[in-house]
Amino acid sequence: MKTILFIIQKEFKQIFRNKGMLPIIFVLPLIQLLILSNAASFEVKNIPFSFVDNDHSKVSRELIEKFKASDYFKIIDEFPSKNKAVAEMQKGNVDVILEIPVNFEKDLIKNRGTTLSVSINAIDGASAGIMNVYISQIIAGYNQSIQPQLVQYNYGFYVQLKNIVTIPSFWYNETLNYKTYMVPGILVLLVTMLTLFLSSMNIVREKEMGTLEQINVTPIKKYQFIIGKLFPFWVLGLVILTVGLIIAKIIFKVPMLGNIGLIYFFTSVYLLVILGIGLFISNFTETQQQAMFIAWFFTVIFILMSGLFTPIESMPKWAQNVTLANPIRYFVEVMRMVLLKGSGFPEIKQHLFILFGYAFIINGLAVWSYKKTN
Amino acid sequence: MKRFIGFVTKEFYHIFRDKRSMFILFGMPIAQIMLFGFAITNEINNVNIAILDQSKDSETQKIISKISASPYFKIEQQLTTENQIEAVFKKGSVKAVLVFEKDFSKNLQTRNHSKVQVISDATDPNMANTITNYVHAILQKYIVELNKNNQPINHIQSQTQLYYNPELKSVFTFVPGVMTVILMLVSAMMTSISITREKELGTMEILLVSPLKPIQVIIGKVFPYIFLSIINAVVIVSLGFFVFKMPIEGSLFLLAFESVLFIVTALSLGILISTVSNSQQTAMMISLFGLMLPVIILSGFIFPISSMPLPMQIISNIIPAKWFIIIIKGILLKGVGLNVLWKETLILVGMTAFFIVLSIKKYKIRLE
Repeated sequence: MKTILFIIQKEFKQIFRNKGMLPIIFVLPLIQLLILSNAASFEVKNIPFSFVDNDHSKVSRELIEKFKASDYFKIIDEFPSKNKAVAEMQKGNVDVILEIPVNFEKDLIKNRGTTLSVSINAIDGASAGIMNVYISQIIAGYNQSIQPQLVQYNYGFYVQLKNIVTIPSFWYNETLNYKTYMVPGILVLLVTMLTLFLSSMNIVREKEMGTLEQINVTPIKKYQFIIGKLFPFWVLGLVILTVGLIIAKIIFKVPMLGNIGLIYFFTSVYLLVILGIGLFISNFTETQQQAMFIAWFFTVIFILMSGLFTPIESMPKWAQNVTLANPIRYFVEVMRMVLLKGSGFPEIKQHLFILFGYAFIINGLAVWSYKKTN
Repeated sequence: MKRFIGFVTKEFYHIFRDKRSMFILFGMPIAQIMLFGFAITNEINNVNIAILDQSKDSETQKIISKISASPYFKIEQQLTTENQIEAVFKKGSVKAVLVFEKDFSKNLQTRNHSKVQVISDATDPNMANTITNYVHAILQKYIVELNKNNQPINHIQSQTQLYYNPELKSVFTFVPGVMTVILMLVSAMMTSISITREKELGTMEILLVSPLKPIQVIIGKVFPYIFLSIINAVVIVSLGFFVFKMPIEGSLFLLAFESVLFIVTALSLGILISTVSNSQQTAMMISLFGLMLPVIILSGFIFPISSMPLPMQIISNIIPAKWFIIIIKGILLKGVGLNVLWKETLILVGMTAFFIVLSIKKYKIRLE
């Protein structure tokens, strides 16, 4: 036990002695949390919108007013011709072009209908889909608002139409605030990346410097060395989590409905998994560079397959099955469930058991593959 | 010159000898493109929803079958009381619940008016909003059918034309994004590591006392990575082209030029990182931990920049990846040339010059 304490002491000293690393470990993640959480949103708004009005009538102006009044669109400019507008789209200044045809008002009233043309920059397919929905909603709304006048104009009577009303109700997040969703997720990533990168580089660094041999000839046992090496990062992970949660609460006002103790318990098991992976990488590499590369490779795949940025449900079945082997996925889910929905132990016990199993297997493998002799 | 070539050859040996790093270097782009092409999408479909039908009549049955027929939704279960909603949300098995009011058909017949409540789990606001919009759209269509006979004929229709990506494939946005992230991280990380490594192992001293000029040492060090990054760029573009049928509308020559420019930008950032870090560990943590998330989140790779709050839009301007993504989407999908992209190109050139000047200022020939 005493031996372990000495190694832990040595590791902590080494971390705090490296003045270049301290801001990277303690400041960089928090700055990233503060800044990036504001940017990570799939919300589509401020859509650069332009129009070509070939009719200049009362109806066309009214319709354009509707777009101006909407929060989703930011009116860039009116263009005299479609070609000019498309050229602006090529330059990337405009994403939506609404073209109102000649005789728009006349056709609408006399000829019982007219067609607008809408052009959307669809490079980002998902956003384009949403833009299209917003545009249709505005046009449908306008249609409804002019119906009574038009019907009277044509027939002089008004038929009551059947209607089904959709009443939206957004639970847990009435204002659809994106930050409360992203902050816990980004915090998970920062904790994971920090502990994984540091732990995977740590032992291999001793190898590269040649100091591992010196430790190997001491009476320190395998498990003592490993525990002594990894414990500081386990503490570090929990410290970053704590500061991150405080920032989430105070600055981002993330609701914390569930039991925070549960989050800590889950995180401590999760960190065992991550540190185990780090150790495993350490054992199979010769240089810090290799270790970092492999850690990077897995982190990127884990992040992309975690459901943090993109929904897991939309993936094909095989990919959904692959995500079951992804520890980040479980942590992201649990953070969101416990913090935002107040889920308790019964709801997350499955996640917890899986991570326990994971921790057991990966650390077993890592300890087994760590050899004192080359 | 001969010495310099000898030095570059040594660097090549150094890099290609390390099989594990090579495997990651070339495997990474392929794995990422494949994931984005086949697995990951930011579209929303197959969402699990539940139904709470309090009237169970012919009208609600028709609507439910419309909903289950759509590709967006999968009806996971039928609820019987409102109390169950909270439980299914907490478990996370269902993202939304549609609640049909009592006497749905009757209200529709007698009062021309009935209600559906869409309760969504808005912890994911994007998902919740999209689900609500989709349900609304399905119901709107159903209403039009209901009113077929007395629908007024005068109304405005719209005809939508989707530019550049008519099938709305999300892989079209992801290919440029993945290419940017990989070129940025690989170039910055590799150069910063390889220079600090020499410092840390003490071999930098030997290089500096050699007849090679410091500038030659640095160029010799980054040269192999330019080569490696170009191979990566070619692999990514060809995968996009051949596997995902991504168009290449613009000039290949311009694409090559801009890619090399961006690689040089990233390499010079890597050199800058190496001048400010004293160990490989620091260099790696800055270039990987410091760059990865900002490059993914602030570059417009996954999240649209125009929707970000204004301060974020301003910050995004200092991310070189943002400009390269604009350039590459312009060339590949819009087919535009330098006459449109000159501003972005100049910004990248300016950033590169800035990194290089700063590195030269900070570069120390003597070791402490």
